[in-house]
Amino acid sequence: MKHIESRQASHGSTTSYIIGFVLSILLTILPLWLVVNHVLNRTALIVTIMIMAALQFLIQLLFFMHIRESEKPRYNVLAIILGIVFVITIVGGSAWIMTFNSQVQ
Amino acid sequence: MEPKFKISHFFIHGDPLILGADVSIGIATVMIIFVLTYFKKWKWLWKEWLTTVDHKKIGIMYVIAALLMLFRGGVDALLMRTQLALPNLKVLLSEHYNEIFTTHGTIMILFMAMPLIFAMMNIVIPLQIGARDVAYPFLNAISFWLFFFGAMLLNLSFVIGGSPNAGWVGYPPLSELQFNPGPGENFYVLAIQISGIGSLATGINFLVTILKMRTKGMRLMDMPLFTWSVLATSILIIAAFPVITVTMLLLFLDRFAGAHFFTMTHGGDPMMYINLFWIWGHPEVYIVILPAFGIFSEVTSVFSKKVTFGYTSMVVSMMLISFYAYFTWVHHFFTMGAGAGVNTFFAVSTMIIAIPTGVKVFNWLLTMYQGRIRLTEPMLWTIAFIPCFAIGGATGVMLSIAPADYQYHNSYFLIAHFHQVLIGGTVFGMFAGLTYWWPKMFGFKLNETLGRWAFWLWNIGFYACFMPQYALGFMGMTRRIYTYGWDMGWAPLNLISSIGAVIMGIAFLFQVWEIAYSVKYGERDTTGDPWDGHTLEWSLPSPAPKYNFAVLPEVHGRDAWWKTKEAKERGDYEEKKQELEPIHYPKNSGIPFILSVFFFIAGFGFTFEWVWMGALGLLGVAICLIVRSFQYDTDYYISVDEIKETEAALRGEV
Ligand code: HEM
Ligand SMILES: [Cu+2]
Repeated sequence: MKHIESRQASHGSTTSYIIGFVLSILLTILPLWLVVNHVLNRTALIVTIMIMAALQFLIQLLFFMHIRESEKPRYNVLAIILGIVFVITIVGGSAWIMTFNSQVQ
Repeated sequence: MEPKFKISHFFIHGDPLILGADVSIGIATVMIIFVLTYFKKWKWLWKEWLTTVDHKKIGIMYVIAALLMLFRGGVDALLMRTQLALPNLKVLLSEHYNEIFTTHGTIMILFMAMPLIFAMMNIVIPLQIGARDVAYPFLNAISFWLFFFGAMLLNLSFVIGGSPNAGWVGYPPLSELQFNPGPGENFYVLAIQISGIGSLATGINFLVTILKMRTKGMRLMDMPLFTWSVLATSILIIAAFPVITVTMLLLFLDRFAGAHFFTMTHGGDPMMYINLFWIWGHPEVYIVILPAFGIFSEVTSVFSKKVTFGYTSMVVSMMLISFYAYFTWVHHFFTMGAGAGVNTFFAVSTMIIAIPTGVKVFNWLLTMYQGRIRLTEPMLWTIAFIPCFAIGGATGVMLSIAPADYQYHNSYFLIAHFHQVLIGGTVFGMFAGLTYWWPKMFGFKLNETLGRWAFWLWNIGFYACFMPQYALGFMGMTRRIYTYGWDMGWAPLNLISSIGAVIMGIAFLFQVWEIAYSVKYGERDTTGDPWDGHTLEWSLPSPAPKYNFAVLPEVHGRDAWWKTKEAKERGDYEEKKQELEPIHYPKNSGIPFILSVFFFIAGFGFTFEWVWMGALGLLGVAICLIVRSFQYDTDYYISVDEIKETEAALRGEV
């Protein structure tokens, strides 16, 4: 029986894993540091964190999920589109729903 | 750091119910150990069950665990209904009542409905698509044990440390440290966290299995509808569960590390928790209903002896439901007052979901129309489901009218609505599935007479219990109240409701009897195809051998097994003689079990904020993962001789 195991296909090199690992850690620690030390004002802080989140997303896809390496990328593309729709819904929807908070406070 | 909880917090004392539970748990444990030792079954238990990676056995373990949890959740329900049967009773006092509805809700959704769904997926999917196992058998075992130990962690809270009491939704600020300093809510957070990892892995596992492991010739549009429903469910799981994981993590950081994500002060926002919870919570209710839809499609088709009416529209409506399910979550908190724009959007999106659901109902009816209907037990559950779900759906649409929801919200009208869809939909669906695939799992049918008793009692009990609650909701009775006075005028309807609950309890006992009786006297299934089924699982002997298919079948079009049988009857079936080949098969492994024990230890440690114990548990988890990554010898080949022997024995030739 053919199990679908990651071991069978060769994915990425050790260097690319390490680069991805370091980058993702940096992109996690940096926002925390910015928040803890009050380096930026509110709007700038939010924008920066959002950008780093988007970068983090890309790094996960490229370095760990091997988005470019599938033979048949059809499912992948579909999954990514669906994922992006959901992310936008969750983030955008939550922001929209929570706007009333600023109105009532 | 001085530990917050000391041993003196450990055992709860003073309550006879809990004392009773302590004693019965103690006795049960001693008895289990005694029986296992006396019959020398430890090794058997370990080798055959605890370390198995066979999807069929994992499915059976899910069934057993889920039925036990149904019992626990049911006892909770009966306690609550006893307390509410008449005004001013003192069976449960307020604090205890809060704990009971919280554990009831959490257990029923996460530790009863979910594992029953997973049970059906595990038992059926590989057989239905002509595969020898799921894509990741080892991960599958991890999923099961994480669910199991997550459930055990929550159940432990009843006797050790105290149960959570902030409802199954755990809304802050009530679930925050300020109002809930005990370990109860930690139990809730960590139990959900641990079992949640398992659920997510199950979603991934079955998505890959269905996309990648279908047998030769089976295109997506040839798949049985249950397989389609599991595909839709898996997508929902993958997109929804990460949200609850993050939400619980943030709540835990608030409680454990003094963060302020959801507190009322320091910039926290409790409403964000509610928002995030339901971003997961609404898809979750579809996760537990879609597989039931799939089962109903299989059952109506087989027991009407017709192909499913409108297969394509069934598939499309299923996928649409799973997509729309992400865009309706605000209907759970219209009363938060997010403004007319938000409420209107989500009211309309909720109503739209009713359309594909309605399509499915008509398709089931039209499948039965003019069919040769056999009223077997699975078919009975399906027929009972349709009106029940129609009423539940209609009251759901009533709730989705945002301005009207200000009246219904958190009343017994809501309680009646969601029990109607959860019991009439999910639970009836799983009963249909269990009775339908039972012979495939165990090799014997369940007794029809006892099954009918259980069926009628469940239905009578259900309507008696929940129909009065719609009225009670209109009469102003709100959910989560533990008592009320005679002056409210609620007493008669509540009494009827409680009687209905007792009838459902009796129905459950009939099911236990049905199973026990059938183990001994049930009709044995010697053909492997007791219902004259349509799909591939019925082409195998019951129970199927561990490798499922000695030779992988090749299919052309839908209802493959039905077509084969027809061809055989006509006499133009040509059997392709295929050489047997050795089968590549995963070895059993103790790691999933051990890893989950470590997760349990970590969860228990963090519940009591004993950091050393939590760290120890996590260290164990890490070691298990590392050990596994360096294991290369993880599978073996089943030899052709062994396959021949097994097949001959199964066909009674030995
Ligand atoms: C078998 C018969 C059942 C009975 C008699 C029953 C009874 C009850 C009662 C009395 C409550 C508390 C109402 C309140 O005080 O607010 C409740 C709440 C609830 N039930 Fe059930 N229940 C049953 C089955 C189920 C099932 C099968 C599920 C899910 C699959 C379920 C899910 C829930 C949930 C989520 C809550 C809300 C808990 C909360 O308020 O946090 N119940 N049920
Ligand atoms: Cu919902």
